[in-house]
Amino acid sequence: MAARAVLRRRPLDRVNIIVCVKQIPDPETPSSSFKVDEAAKKVIPAQGIAPVVNPFDPQATEAALRLKDAAGGGKVTVISLGAESARDSIKHALAMGADDGVLLNDPGFEGIDNFQTAVALAKAIQKVGEFDLILMGRQAADWDMGVVPTGVAQILGIPAVTIAKAIEVNGSMLKVERVLDDGFQTVETTLPAVVSVSNEFGEPRYPQLRQIMLAAKKTVQVWSASDIGLAADELGAANRWLPLEALYVPKVESNVEIIEGDTPEEKAHNLALKLRAAKLV
Amino acid sequence: MGFGAFGGSKLACTEYEMPGILVIAETTDGAISPISFEVLGAAHKLSGEGGGSVSAFIAGSQAQANELIAHGADAAFADTNAALASHTTDTFLPAVEAAIQQSGADIVLLGQTSFGRDLGPALAFKLGTAIAVDCVELKIEGGRLHATRSAYGGNARAEVTWKGAVQVATVKAKTFDPLAADPGRSGTVTAIDTAGEARVKVLSTEKASSEGVKIEDAPVVVSGGRGLGDPSAFKMLEELAHLLKGATGASRAACDLGWYPPSQQVGLTGKTVSPGLYIAVAISGASQHMAGMSGSKNIVAINKDADANMVKVSRFAIVDDYKKVVPALIEEIKKLG
Repeated sequence: MAARAVLRRRPLDRVNIIVCVKQIPDPETPSSSFKVDEAAKKVIPAQGIAPVVNPFDPQATEAALRLKDAAGGGKVTVISLGAESARDSIKHALAMGADDGVLLNDPGFEGIDNFQTAVALAKAIQKVGEFDLILMGRQAADWDMGVVPTGVAQILGIPAVTIAKAIEVNGSMLKVERVLDDGFQTVETTLPAVVSVSNEFGEPRYPQLRQIMLAAKKTVQVWSASDIGLAADELGAANRWLPLEALYVPKVESNVEIIEGDTPEEKAHNLALKLRAAKLV
Repeated sequence: MGFGAFGGSKLACTEYEMPGILVIAETTDGAISPISFEVLGAAHKLSGEGGGSVSAFIAGSQAQANELIAHGADAAFADTNAALASHTTDTFLPAVEAAIQQSGADIVLLGQTSFGRDLGPALAFKLGTAIAVDCVELKIEGGRLHATRSAYGGNARAEVTWKGAVQVATVKAKTFDPLAADPGRSGTVTAIDTAGEARVKVLSTEKASSEGVKIEDAPVVVSGGRGLGDPSAFKMLEELAHLLKGATGASRAACDLGWYPPSQQVGLTGKTVSPGLYIAVAISGASQHMAGMSGSKNIVAINKDADANMVKVSRFAIVDDYKKVVPALIEEIKKLG
């Protein structure tokens, strides 16, 4: 269904792409293991469940690698803002085939919001320097805001195209097929630009053992807040643009009626009667 | 500038300036989208609970602006510039900024749609402020917006406020009730003709080909998750859905595995549905699925695990193997006729 992800026409000689990835708590964590420290307004990491790369981000990395191949050369740089463990998310992208990695790590990043993150990523991207295209997952499956790609584009003063299922670079032009609520839209803009990539893009490649070993040898640069020129008043939870007033697990009041029966068939029979009595079928 | 009785006469008893609200409406195939009336409903409610007057912006006609007034706006801006027809963010930004300036709005609300989730963040960053997306509750506290939204796939609720002057938010579909149209409501319509340069050009737009009932409009939805263990099980779910004149949906996990088309995905990143009857087959309800269907009037869970979250939130549940239950249920419903 999502086979034609990258179409090639007039290739660039080289395409330099920056991919931003985020490490998040595993979104498939059972809700029974999901806990919040309400006083600290933080999620308590679930025991024995390792954080993962945001599920939309490998698609962004995949898009970058295919575009680089289509262009016949270039460089894919992966940036992640997060804890020291976010190095794993960068290594995942390097194992897929990305060239360079940068970890933005600083105590001042603790508790920051999507808006401060966008500012930090934009500064890091400027420090990386040369880029034709910036790719990110359509949203991170922790806060599900989806505002960082647009934010980075606004800060850098370049166009943003969100929720892409196919991307084509044609000279200095960029053609993107977007996923809409009720269909699809093809748009065109100029490079450089930011594109957020959706799951409809198609399966990302799975890192092979040899690549994982090669990636282990690649160095990941670590930049602090001051390395990218962020001031103290831009950092920390105290300087959030969207202050978090409360974070809690919503109460679920269960009023479920478990349909009884000796066999699955009897249960189905009893359910059908209940549904009819409630005028639901 | 003022709009009717609302512009200048703020209640004297409040300690703060009541924040003006601007709703950015959108159109689908030339008609005002249903979600825009829901956003207006939310704005009107806020206005009655400490908020100021409600303005609305539409890239459309004077008649459509009047329609927004009939649905709760106190004043409206109708931007007739043809460049806005394709609803792109670049073209809308200066127009919306003009409406914010002219209305003096402190709060800007949009629907969480393809259009709203693209324009909203761009607007916020342009204004140097934040946006809260997909809000499910809104209130005014001390003259400022206070919003509640889901996070962590519905496992958590977050309440947020804004540091910046303008407070931008998108509203989750089917969360707020629209007002019934009252053609007797009056308000000023201001014509504007502003549009930004389109850096991103729309080449073509196509509707997803929907076979049978559209899932968002279906009175009954039968969905399957990864717990089915087998993509061919969706055939069974389709048969049940067809029998009940409904649509078939799937969880993100099932769609990610390629078991069912992403267009049928129900969840935070998929479709939001609120049918009269939602039958969840082998869906744990642990991940982001709940966010897309928790508005369903009646939920039925068919799951092997009695402790599954989906079972807890259901009205009726069968704790058993769906492979035996679903075919039997199909037969029973056929018998009922």
